[in-house]
Amino acid sequence: MAGYYPSGLKESDPTRSEGLLAGIHLDLPLLTGLLLLCAIGLGVLYSAGGEDMALLKRQLVRIGIGLLLLLFIAQIPPALLRRWAPWVYVVAVGMLVAVLVAGEVGKGAQRWLDLGFFRFQPSELTKIAMPLMLAWFLAEKRLPPSWGRLIAAALMIVIPVLLIARQPDLGTSLLVASAGIFALFLAGLSWRFISGLVLAAIPLAWAVWEWGMREYQRNRVLTFIDPERDPLGTGYHIIQSKIAIGSGGLYGKGWLNGTQSQLEFLPERTTDFIFAVISEEFGLNGVLILLALYLFIIFRGLYIATQAQDTFGRLLGGSLILVFFVYLFVNAGMVSGILPVVGVPLPLVSYGGTSMVTIMAGFGILMSIQTHRRLLTG
Amino acid sequence: MGIESFKDHHRETRLFVARVWQAVFFILLLLGGLVVRLVYLQIDQHQYFSEMSTENRVKVQPLPPTRGLIYDRRGRILAENIPVHSLVVVPEKVADLDALLTRLGEVVTIEEEDIARFERLRRQRRRFENVPIRSILAEREVAAFSVNRHRFPGVDIEAKLLRYYPHGVETSHVVGYVGRISERDLQRIEESAYSGTTHIGKTGVERYYEAQLHGEVGLQRVEVNAFGRVVKVLEERPPTPGEDLHLALDLDLQRETLAAFGEENGAAVAIDPSNGAILAMVSKPGFETNLFVEGISSRDYRALQDSPDQPLFNRALRGRYPPGSTTKPFVGLLGLESGVISYEERTWCPGFYRLPNHQHRYRDWKKGGHGWMHLADAVIQSCDVYFYDLAHRLGVQRMHDFLAWFGFGRRAGVDVTGELGGLLPSPEWKRSARNMPWYPGETLIMGIGQGYFLSTPLELATATATLASGGVRYRPHVVRALRGPDGRVRSSGYEEAVFEVPISDRENWDNVIHSMVEVVENPRGTARRIQSEDYGIAGKTGTAQVFTVGQDEEYNEEEVPKKMRDHALFIAFAPVESPRIAVAVIVENGGHGGAVAAPIAGRMMARYLKGE
Repeated sequence: MAGYYPSGLKESDPTRSEGLLAGIHLDLPLLTGLLLLCAIGLGVLYSAGGEDMALLKRQLVRIGIGLLLLLFIAQIPPALLRRWAPWVYVVAVGMLVAVLVAGEVGKGAQRWLDLGFFRFQPSELTKIAMPLMLAWFLAEKRLPPSWGRLIAAALMIVIPVLLIARQPDLGTSLLVASAGIFALFLAGLSWRFISGLVLAAIPLAWAVWEWGMREYQRNRVLTFIDPERDPLGTGYHIIQSKIAIGSGGLYGKGWLNGTQSQLEFLPERTTDFIFAVISEEFGLNGVLILLALYLFIIFRGLYIATQAQDTFGRLLGGSLILVFFVYLFVNAGMVSGILPVVGVPLPLVSYGGTSMVTIMAGFGILMSIQTHRRLLTG
Repeated sequence: MGIESFKDHHRETRLFVARVWQAVFFILLLLGGLVVRLVYLQIDQHQYFSEMSTENRVKVQPLPPTRGLIYDRRGRILAENIPVHSLVVVPEKVADLDALLTRLGEVVTIEEEDIARFERLRRQRRRFENVPIRSILAEREVAAFSVNRHRFPGVDIEAKLLRYYPHGVETSHVVGYVGRISERDLQRIEESAYSGTTHIGKTGVERYYEAQLHGEVGLQRVEVNAFGRVVKVLEERPPTPGEDLHLALDLDLQRETLAAFGEENGAAVAIDPSNGAILAMVSKPGFETNLFVEGISSRDYRALQDSPDQPLFNRALRGRYPPGSTTKPFVGLLGLESGVISYEERTWCPGFYRLPNHQHRYRDWKKGGHGWMHLADAVIQSCDVYFYDLAHRLGVQRMHDFLAWFGFGRRAGVDVTGELGGLLPSPEWKRSARNMPWYPGETLIMGIGQGYFLSTPLELATATATLASGGVRYRPHVVRALRGPDGRVRSSGYEEAVFEVPISDRENWDNVIHSMVEVVENPRGTARRIQSEDYGIAGKTGTAQVFTVGQDEEYNEEEVPKKMRDHALFIAFAPVESPRIAVAVIVENGGHGGAVAAPIAGRMMARYLKGE
């Protein structure tokens, strides 16, 4: 395969400032964005958690673990990832099955696999395995994919998504499904086909509503449409969150001064609803700055994907960064009341370990794609 | 590979870049939507959500005022507020109430009746309000619960002030008691003024002076967290405590009166004739008012309700008894004042009286008769025939009008809730109430305080005090003064005379009072045993029939069961020259007034006039 690459892609200049970081396969703009976001996250968490230093330390440890994982994965050349891709996928799906069979019940849903020395959420691994698998599969042959390959790809998406949905975990199955769908989309799935799918989705959605959803999931959707329906139950989250955001106004109430969060009216304020804390304390201005930072990271990610050396890298990088956007949009949309309440954290800001580590791993892959180009050109 | 592969690669790159641009378009579109949403919430609706946020965190809490205290005339406390710890349960926060109560029983004592009361109160309140399961915890129990608190979510210890009556039994029918506010109580109060207040005066002075005792509710605006716990006080308007009441009532006299009754039941009222202040007001038996404060158990309540002695019945205010012979001095005074008789004029008593052209014999209590009687003799010996004759000559209307001047037959307007008026009959009353004509015989028995004529002990005491004060009638009252939270004392305003009996000759009054003195001092007087060397007493005995003896039957006190025996009455005042105390005593089923009721009145006057 060597020798056919456009000259512009050949080398990055070793004398540039990012050269040092490039040496350990890190992308400076992306890393800067991520670290800034984590720093903002810690600041907000300090306020949302009631100035609890222990909470902050635990989150700091997670960030540390996440960054180490990022650094580790960034060293793995994309070619190696490509070779491993199907195996990672098989292991992930196998573990999903194991969770359903022997999984431990936690929070009313089976999500955890107890490996004796540590507990693990196979659905998190799937978030990485899914784009790896589809990128590998689609890059094998010419794009756009043929009908037969399309059906095979669809099956690869549907199986883990259904397994996760059965746990049941609506948020993660949504993220995993979108990872697969984005890979297909980036692979050039025709718009005609996409619109056909959307039309087919309507009766499917009805069927899912009727047979595929648990009562609490249906309640979430119903409460989303009309939060007042259950103001003391599920709707309470949305109502309090809207109050927090709305009362923040343009400038916000100031750091540590958000009454909705400080006085604990806002539920899940350190985890899924931390976006409302930011909106309350820093106002619209603060939120716009935050969104701009996210946008910077996303654009940088997309840029890296477009600069990838091969189709696998492009599809994998593009899919990962678009899933990152889905995190952001679903979370912000849910907290501000334009999307249903599905348990999706605000990426890199919400308190919590598993998503932090998975997202960092994803960025590790992106950095690997970005920084291993010249090695492959040689 | 080769050119083919390069073309593919190039085409795929272009396709991918196009897709990325499309993705960027969608990302910007969706984020744009999100920003529009945020602008709507944070700019357009900012005002609304700010108010919602304030509403969320700022709550107005009532600060209930401290209830005023009640003192007797010498500053001894009759009603106070003591700090107690009670154990409360918020039903909403408890999943399994029965299981909780069982477990709670392992830590503090919980009896059947506690549970019964808890269940009753629980039904009256909203689910998120706390309901007491034990009202007064011992210190040991407070400690025991505090250690185990984590085991009982929804259960808490509440420190509060509880009304306490140190002399609950002795003052039960005057001071009364407070109890938890009921649905019925809500109709007589303004709810907002009672927000935060749990108790309200139910009977007696506690009820009559509810408005003054209660005080004014205060407010505090507080910042609360999502669980309703107060985080910060933003603004406070302290409550105004209720006014303290200073009663004219003398606790020593009250106790002495009760002691004097011994085993007997009845009522006694002592009034200062110079201003109408009630010095003692007893209805025996009393009851323990403290039982009612936190809600009486149904067992205790049934015991009180079913007792044949009727301890809950306020005889002093609501007991309507025939005044009997205690009416005689008033009728005699009317005879003199109206000129129908003179003091010396004599009437023959053969032991019975017959109306002209009637066969019916109206009997005297003394079978053989008293012989020739003038007014003084008739009062001293309580001759019935003399007063039958006088009543007949006076006529019912004149008696009615005169007795009304002394306050008979109507509520005296005492400042203790629950007073009933007596019944002063007249032909007009009989026509409207019974739709029957007045018979001449009814005039006769009215002259000796029998028949329809009914009077309460308070009324009788008021009339006696009016006689003692030379015709000046005051409104009887227990509260002398109120002291506000600022320390300023104001009079209850009841010391003004409400009526003055027109007097035609002062000497007539002196003569009647003299005859009453003789009742106590004359060897033949019906109350001679209560004579005092220190002061003169004017009195009159009375006997009120409970059981009507037939025309030809004999009334033998020994043979009649206790319940059917006559009520013994006595009215008196002392010292005669300048009266300081007027009393009325009724001993239920006590028999003859002179034997049973007069000694009680004697002890009361001695206690009050001689002091300690």
